Amino acid sequence: MTIASLIDTPSELTDAASSKTAIVLMTRVRLARNLAGNVFPGWAKPAQREEILNACREAVAAMTPLKRSLSINVEELSELEKQILVERHLISRELSGAKAGAGVVISKDQTVSVMINEEDHLRIQVLRSGFQLKKTWSAINELDSALEDRLDYAYSPTLGYLTACPTNLGTGMRASAMMHLPALVIGSQMEKVVRAVNQLGMVVRGLFGEGSDASGSIFQISNQTTLGESEEEIIKRLGSVLNSIIEHELNARQKLMEADAGKLFDKIGRAYGILQNGHVLSTTEAMNLLSLIRLGVDLGVFPDAHRCVIDRLFIEAQPGHLQHSQRGELEAGQRDLLRATRLRGEFANFTKPNFTLSSDGPN
Amino acid sequence: MANPLKCDLCSKPATVHLTQIVNNKVHKVDLCEECAQAKGVTDPSGFSLADLLLKASLNPEPSAAGVRCEQCGFTQNDFKKQGRFGCPACYNAFGAIVEPMLDTMHKGTAHTGKVPQKALARKSLYDRLTKLELDLTEAIKSERYEDAARTRDEINQVKHAVGQKPTS
Repeated sequence: MTIASLIDTPSELTDAASSKTAIVLMTRVRLARNLAGNVFPGWAKPAQREEILNACREAVAAMTPLKRSLSINVEELSELEKQILVERHLISRELSGAKAGAGVVISKDQTVSVMINEEDHLRIQVLRSGFQLKKTWSAINELDSALEDRLDYAYSPTLGYLTACPTNLGTGMRASAMMHLPALVIGSQMEKVVRAVNQLGMVVRGLFGEGSDASGSIFQISNQTTLGESEEEIIKRLGSVLNSIIEHELNARQKLMEADAGKLFDKIGRAYGILQNGHVLSTTEAMNLLSLIRLGVDLGVFPDAHRCVIDRLFIEAQPGHLQHSQRGELEAGQRDLLRATRLRGEFANFTKPNFTLSSDGPN
Repeated sequence: MANPLKCDLCSKPATVHLTQIVNNKVHKVDLCEECAQAKGVTDPSGFSLADLLLKASLNPEPSAAGVRCEQCGFTQNDFKKQGRFGCPACYNAFGAIVEPMLDTMHKGTAHTGKVPQKALARKSLYDRLTKLELDLTEAIKSERYEDAARTRDEINQVKHAVGQKPTS
């Protein structure tokens, strides 16, 4: 499979059939693995990196879920292609800026990606749309066990899987969920939630990981620690934290509706108006408007079937995807014009909001 | 008067004092204005104390400053600069530095999760093979040919198990 055909193939995120889960958009699990007796990528010499890359690429590409996958050296990717893969959460920003001797293998349906020579020799990732922690874990666990047939992992009975950074020791696992939390943001409760979640040993980040902002009211919640607990325990704990965040978000929505439904509907109605008629939209503004429309879907203002349209647009409004659709690089100003044009097109035939049906509260 | 607190990262006077409770453990970090900005402490959503704690706990201790990993040549100074290790064997070389960090960084200090059974079984077979091959050389050298023959049979069994060709 080539990068061009991969980009043009609908991905789990852009065309998720199961995007019915209102609050959790996507579940991801990643495992950090290293080869025994080999220097970690950051300290390896170019020849060693090359050797590890080849050995890993061969082993990874032979796995059943990765038959007919895209297996590519990062150097072979253009800046724009890398950006698109980052926007689809298939590679990290770190890998997109990696030195020579790094690569990635991505399954055809874009649910599995294995980064090679990022911070660790292997960063295995499985993602699923919606709230599917257990399924995602069992899929990645199976893949990891199959890879073990071909690769000798660096492992210590006391410290678990040995990773370049000691923060990943033990299970080497980071499980995360991408959540849409507009009511907690509107009600200024996010800071409180972040603090509470931190106390439970979980981390809250923006849409694109560390340091990214939370435009579109989308947050990633993941486990902070990897050592001292089994994978199943981490998954279980994360699951219960996510459920309690879902509950808080639903309560916040109910409160907003009870306190001043008019004000909330005004936000949604205006967002609809701007998306239908605006001519200049930055990524952040577009994300925030789309977020309000998605909230509208959840509240019954728009039909349920439109949720997956919004989820697709969350990704397609990103700079890389936008430029790809134009087959060329554009300046930020031109992008904002183009983004508004694209969204006007999408919303021209979008169902009109129905504010009467939903006055009896969310869901 | 007590000395003013120094920044955990750069040792300028600290003006930002942060306390965070993670897993019911209290973590304290003192930072100067610049480091606090640079690390995004002011932005609660994009900030991970774990990374900071990692760096902060790396203040060089004179006793361990000279430690070096035999396998890959990584030094403690390298670790202080990068916050990452050089190779899996570094965890043996720098064990004394890593252990105290793990307690603040993680929920526990011992792995209780998945065990790579197949890889470990394979490793123990390889280890056995290495030992048997030594035994064989030894036996031939001291002209214990019966032992040598027995060891060679054993070697072939192990080789068969790991999918290698037998020795004649």
